[in-house]
Amino acid sequence: MAVIEAGLPAPEFSLATYEGDAFTRERLEGRITVLVFYPFAFSPVCTDQLSIYQEVLDDFEQRGATLYGVSCDAVWSQQAWREKLGMTIEQLSDFEPKGEACRAFGVLHPGGFPERALVMTGPDGVVLWSHQTASPGDLPGANLIFDALDAAAA
Amino acid sequence: MRGPEGARAVIVYGDYECPFCAALEAPLNELELRVAFRHFPVRSSHPRAQAAACAAEAAGLQGAFWAFHDALFADQGRLEDPHLWARAQALGLDLARFDADRRSDAVAERVRADFRGGIRAGVATTPTLFADGLRHSGRPDPELWAALRGG
Repeated sequence: MAVIEAGLPAPEFSLATYEGDAFTRERLEGRITVLVFYPFAFSPVCTDQLSIYQEVLDDFEQRGATLYGVSCDAVWSQQAWREKLGMTIEQLSDFEPKGEACRAFGVLHPGGFPERALVMTGPDGVVLWSHQTASPGDLPGANLIFDALDAAAA
Repeated sequence: MRGPEGARAVIVYGDYECPFCAALEAPLNELELRVAFRHFPVRSSHPRAQAAACAAEAAGLQGAFWAFHDALFADQGRLEDPHLWARAQALGLDLARFDADRRSDAVAERVRADFRGGIRAGVATTPTLFADGLRHSGRPDPELWAALRGG
């Protein structure tokens, strides 16, 4: 299984938000969205990764991109992690049916958690760019997302 | 930047609250290298990293960047404001000026510029070290030291 490729429409999916509503494919439309799939809330690499993205969140917003964190953790765990880090990046939970959205995007690890992957979609819901790290322990720098935004704008 | 003129240049992106950065620091300084330090404070993991980076830059405005830098890495357990003042005092800095500078927009912007530069260079964790043809991220390991010694 590998991450969905650029040029393909995003699949149908449903993820849970902390507020209790469903985040579905329609929510991708009308703007640039970056789904940040990460293995586990509170784990060291994920903490570094999301912390760094948080630091440059203003820059992403200026570029018109909205980031979401996606994991198979429960919404409560994701929220506790957000609070611990002072993170404003919204989190989406693929808890039940577990991993179904991750599977739809091609990023469900055999261990039952998301691969570390980034999926950028355009206002039409089509994948503009995607990236999956060779190992879930690798940390993709924010520069990859900026480069992809540059390429999409070119 | 410090180290002998003409020595191999190394750029380190680091964070004063990061234990691996401290572990890199002392052995790095024993090598004949010209080292530039750039701030990469990750505030959510290291709540005092930003304040410490700004304090080092403020000390730098009084000519004491590296002395302050070394004093921070020498004692990472003490990074609260009174500890920063104590370091400035020990180095004989003008305390009022130090305190105003470390809270100034100019200093914050300087730290921010380092951070953004790091992001653009692909830094994703600290420490990240760049030398000609070499890039190393995270905890220093024997391969890194061999590469730096071997040139």
